Amino acid sequence: MAASPDKTKKPNRKPAAAMSRDELLGAYERMLLIRRFEEKAGQLYGTGLIAGFCHLYIGQEAVVIGMQHCLKDGDEVITSYRDHGHMLATGMDPKGVMAELTGRSGGYSKGKGGSMHMFSKEKGFFGGHGIVGAQVSLGTGIGFSNWYRQNDAVCLTYFGEGASNQGQVYESYNLASLFKLPVVFIIENNRYAMGTSIERATASTDLSHNASPWGMPSMAVDGMDVLAVKAAGEQAVAHCRAGKGPFLLEMKTYRYRGHSMSDPAKYRTREEVQKMRAEHDCIDSARKKLEEMGVSEAELRKLDDSVKARVQAAADFAQASPEPDPSELYTNVLVET
Amino acid sequence: MTDILMPALSPTMTEGKLAKWLKDVGDEVKSGDILAEIETDKATMEVEAVDEGTLTEILVPEGSEGVAVNAVIARLNGDGEQTKEELKPGPQTSPTETPRTNAPAQQKRTNTTPKETVEKEWGKTRTMTVREALREAMVVEMRADKDVFLIGEEVAQYQGAYKISQGMLDEFGPRRVIDTPITEHGFTGMAVGAAMNGLKPILEFMTFNFAMQAIDQIINSAAKTLYMSGGQMGASIVFRGPNGAAARVAAQHSQCYASWYSHCPGLKVIAPWSAADAKGLLRAAIRDPNPVIFLEHEILYGHSFEVPEDEDFILPIGKAKVERRGSDVTIIAFSIMVDVALKAAEALADQGISAEVINLRTIRPLDVETIVESVKTTGRVVSVEEGWPFAGIGSEIIATVVEHCFDWLDAPPARVTGVDVPMPYAANLEKLALPQPGWVVDAVKKFF
Repeated sequence: MAASPDKTKKPNRKPAAAMSRDELLGAYERMLLIRRFEEKAGQLYGTGLIAGFCHLYIGQEAVVIGMQHCLKDGDEVITSYRDHGHMLATGMDPKGVMAELTGRSGGYSKGKGGSMHMFSKEKGFFGGHGIVGAQVSLGTGIGFSNWYRQNDAVCLTYFGEGASNQGQVYESYNLASLFKLPVVFIIENNRYAMGTSIERATASTDLSHNASPWGMPSMAVDGMDVLAVKAAGEQAVAHCRAGKGPFLLEMKTYRYRGHSMSDPAKYRTREEVQKMRAEHDCIDSARKKLEEMGVSEAELRKLDDSVKARVQAAADFAQASPEPDPSELYTNVLVET
Repeated sequence: MTDILMPALSPTMTEGKLAKWLKDVGDEVKSGDILAEIETDKATMEVEAVDEGTLTEILVPEGSEGVAVNAVIARLNGDGEQTKEELKPGPQTSPTETPRTNAPAQQKRTNTTPKETVEKEWGKTRTMTVREALREAMVVEMRADKDVFLIGEEVAQYQGAYKISQGMLDEFGPRRVIDTPITEHGFTGMAVGAAMNGLKPILEFMTFNFAMQAIDQIINSAAKTLYMSGGQMGASIVFRGPNGAAARVAAQHSQCYASWYSHCPGLKVIAPWSAADAKGLLRAAIRDPNPVIFLEHEILYGHSFEVPEDEDFILPIGKAKVERRGSDVTIIAFSIMVDVALKAAEALADQGISAEVINLRTIRPLDVETIVESVKTTGRVVSVEEGWPFAGIGSEIIATVVEHCFDWLDAPPARVTGVDVPMPYAANLEKLALPQPGWVVDAVKKFF
């Protein structure tokens, strides 16, 4: 199997960014669901109901919601430990996600996985992986399974700019390009790998260039703009679905909260965060566009309220759901044969 | 006069076929000229001249099979003659110095398995090598299940670094027999990802030494996902390849990983000895819905055994086999150490000590029942493994015995292991580092 003869580094033109009123309204609602869910998770963490590592997705919502627009049934998603947003984007039930965060039997992993390790076969969500970069090889393998079965499913493989320095990520670029696997590699470049800025970690900070040694097409995208994400995602997914091999998207995004809940945030200024929130917030800008499209204040408020109610119901469920039975300690180690 | 010797093409080669002479008697030979082509079951290679001169004699005609390494195959008359010693290929200084790999008797021997075991009787058998048995297991399972595929370095076009997958590319095509680049971390993660999505990969590591580059994916992704997902998603995958010490390849290529993988919940670990073990257990491993570590042994690949012909022949994972019945001591071994244990039992029999030999076949889950039953009968136990002593399989076996049948013991349990050092290269040191039958005999005799 030869490498792709197509040496295109980047597509010549940016795809047109557009969504209908209803599409944008839906995207707004889903972004808001993630935002409110994460805020609630942060609160529950503060009260001790959620423990361990808890990495919030606040600020980056446009990435998963824009990309999810490009998928169809049978497509797959895999990501790192900052995974709550991805799960909600695939349509997983906020109750099951929140109950996993509280370590209850009603959680997606029966309370045995926690924040970083949740899965849903039904929704095509393959985790939730705690080892930085490991999900990139796994996602390549999910793409491989699509290639093997000769279906037209595509695997979205998300990782941070910190993970993009891992050796196995480059190995995966090579393997996916070599076998022409339907994998969209999505770097969520939120500029800080824990406390290390991209400038301090990566010699070449234009991560979309990372595709070029393998002849893989790529694009840098404004990841704070759900329209731009969707437009780029459609192009990338269409490329993969057509059997042309992988595609790399660098999403320029930003997380407002710390790396995890226990982050002293000494590596950046409060002003930097505030500026990003004030000028580039994906939810605010979507709301503004909706207002321009003529969506009424009342309609938006109704939507806000329904999202809040869903999140509260998830939080209630997550506290009411019982802890796993002690017998669960010993189950699911091996499939019984 | 200079002797030209049959060269060894790999650390474990003991004999080969002299396929073709490219020079005739009377020809002038220059250093670097191709003299002949040699074939083994793994590869065809050319023999280059080291010395200059005139070829005066061809002692082994082309087409000869089973030509022993270091046999004189031709003679050269010329200047700059070297002594026979200087011409010998490095690894094979003399057959007696590395008896584990070089003894032709061992290579050719057909190991007969005793019938005194409780396992299912499979009827008529035929002789085959471990290599053939592994291939047959993969081929029959791939014919039966289109989700099963083979992936690894050199498994397809090269026909396998150790020729286990010979012919499989032809039968199954490039989508099911897949060559990878040398990128263990990446392709292991890729195979595990494919398994998470329902495929059943057989992943060949060229050797398990290289799997250390990928051990995160094996443990953190393959072994733990089922648990972390509350049973929703797992990985039906076999990681197989040669494990343990080959011959004269030194520290980074000679190591037993049985203890490493057996430590981890979520994995099954198998280490076959005979060809029947290899075939029956590899079939079971491929069908198993869990990740399975399948530890083969390079030196056993060419060994022949009797294997049932029954097309449904399969062995249960987690069941040890009593290879030899005895009443005075139980010797527990796996993989190539079963050979060592059986030889020791033979030697002990000459001295009036009756040893029972258990071939573990599966390390995890350990067949505690068979071990305990045996030790209760004999009252003495020795474990034998190629790996290091500290936190080794022997440690686990002895702990198991002490926990389950302490009151039946007539002597403290003993273990025979590889020496607690990285594997040396020098032939004499390597031999000193690996368990020999005499070590087992000595350990047993301390009991009496």
